[in-house]
Amino acid sequence: MCGIIGVIDKQRELMDGSAIRDALSIMDERGSGEGAGYAAYGVYPDYADLYAIHVFYNNLVEPKAQVEDLLETWGMIEYDEEIPTYPENKITKIHTPWRYFFRPKTRLMQRSKTPDDEIVKHIVMEVNKSVNGALIFSSGKNIGVFKASGWPEEVADFYRVENYEGYLWLAHNRYPTNTPGWWGGAHPFNLLNWSVVHNGEITSYGTNRRYIESFGYDCTMYTDTEVVAYLMDLLVRRHGLSQELAVRALAPPFWEEIERMPEKPKNLDTALRLTYGSAMMNGPFAIAVASPDSLVGFSDRIKLRPLVIGEHDNRLFISSEEAAIRTIDSAISKIFMPKAGHPIVGRTYV
Amino acid sequence: MTRIVIDAKNMHYTPLNKLIRQATHEGATEIILENIMGQRFIGDGLTGDVKITINGVPGGDLGMFMKGPTIEVFGNVDHAPANTMDDGDIIIHGASGDATAHSMRGGKIFVRDDIGYRGGIHMKHYMNKSPSLIVGGSARAFLGEYMAGGLVILFRLHDEKPYAEMGLGSGIHGGEIFIRGKVEDWTLGVGSSAHEATPEEIIRIKPLILEFSNYYHIDASYLLESQYTRIGPVNSRPFAGKYTWE
Repeated sequence: MCGIIGVIDKQRELMDGSAIRDALSIMDERGSGEGAGYAAYGVYPDYADLYAIHVFYNNLVEPKAQVEDLLETWGMIEYDEEIPTYPENKITKIHTPWRYFFRPKTRLMQRSKTPDDEIVKHIVMEVNKSVNGALIFSSGKNIGVFKASGWPEEVADFYRVENYEGYLWLAHNRYPTNTPGWWGGAHPFNLLNWSVVHNGEITSYGTNRRYIESFGYDCTMYTDTEVVAYLMDLLVRRHGLSQELAVRALAPPFWEEIERMPEKPKNLDTALRLTYGSAMMNGPFAIAVASPDSLVGFSDRIKLRPLVIGEHDNRLFISSEEAAIRTIDSAISKIFMPKAGHPIVGRTYV
Repeated sequence: MTRIVIDAKNMHYTPLNKLIRQATHEGATEIILENIMGQRFIGDGLTGDVKITINGVPGGDLGMFMKGPTIEVFGNVDHAPANTMDDGDIIIHGASGDATAHSMRGGKIFVRDDIGYRGGIHMKHYMNKSPSLIVGGSARAFLGEYMAGGLVILFRLHDEKPYAEMGLGSGIHGGEIFIRGKVEDWTLGVGSSAHEATPEEIIRIKPLILEFSNYYHIDASYLLESQYTRIGPVNSRPFAGKYTWE
């Protein structure tokens, strides 16, 4: 079990984090107090064209020097500071969260269509694999992830998420079952533009991990969800698929369903399944994926985890429970449960 | 008759259920719950003939193990209402989530709109106890999965196309499912079979059709005159020989 909630304002109207805190907290029952987190898009308008790199440090000596060396090698740190925290509640501050606003030196990554992203991805993988005592958990432009071990309301208060304003929020309440709860294992998982929250288990993790690692992504978080962030980055940013097609590759229809399809979709789904067989995810899951211009929700093909969609004016909500959506918007006009495996996409107009 | 109103705003389900139990112990016959927002386990294990009215959106496992009371909900309901319910009635003026009527063993649950996946999973009957799930809208896949007894009726009031969700009655070995209209052949799951419901079978479910029409003010004659498909088990052991040789 886990609880997820996300909201996107398609006009990019900003919302502070207080409502999403309350919505996630109403699903406390879905977690165990071992991990919660929030991702917000649009939170760093003063540094909107720089990569906001969030790091957990075990101490501020060796790991910090190593991370900063790497950043200075690949670009410039324009500003950095400790992420403000308010640990008067129950959260033990076992890591120090730090943030860098980073400008990559584009010319250093020649063989990529998205060299800046490629540099940042390289730094994230390098730090998380090789720098002892440092973990980069957020690396997008104008995006901030705030997470820790604790209950939803504790983590929100620890970072005071009400002080941040975003047009897209994604939040998660964790109930770790297969690996220990720790700060790095809390959701959302982020890489560049992508943030992912997930309720369930990806039983195909071994296959997916082997596949994604062959494209230069290293899985270092001891949990299955991180492969989803990396798969979205690979399929959408690097392979150029739409989000809808990427979801179709990750959670495709059964062969027997494909058999019943008309010619064109049948050919498309067949090609997707053959091409991305090793990216296909099995097991029970409900997932929400955010990017700067979209929020996508989908579940596994036989619907082993809950997923509720709400729509009201310019806002789209994705949640494990309707009550969480109604906590944010008591006047919500449309609520429904999408068909298993079918992506629901909310896209910004501008 | 004693009537009690409880404002559940920002209240956790444990103190809420304690208040409900206290009220029934003190002889309340009608309990109104206001501002319900996601509280789970409402009315769980509750006995007696109390009537509970819920205004809001209750959380999962509404009326689990309940034995006797009536719950009427004005709003949608989360997962597994009537989970292993023993007796009583749940009437929902809205939709309900996955696993509605999960393992239900007695009583009735009415849902005005749609239900989620795996409605009626492993419903069962024993001696004179038999549960019923009656749905005005439609149901997602795996309806009546592993069903061992009881009755499911699906009216699909806003859909005239044949029912088209996979795994219908998958693993069913007791009980029966009635779906208004036709059912695509491929929807049938392992061990289930379908035929057009006979007039005798429709007469058998007539009391439930009338009760449903009464709760939601729907013209009963329309429902009574409709054609239904009845889905039941091919035999009582759909997986015999699947894992062992006999």
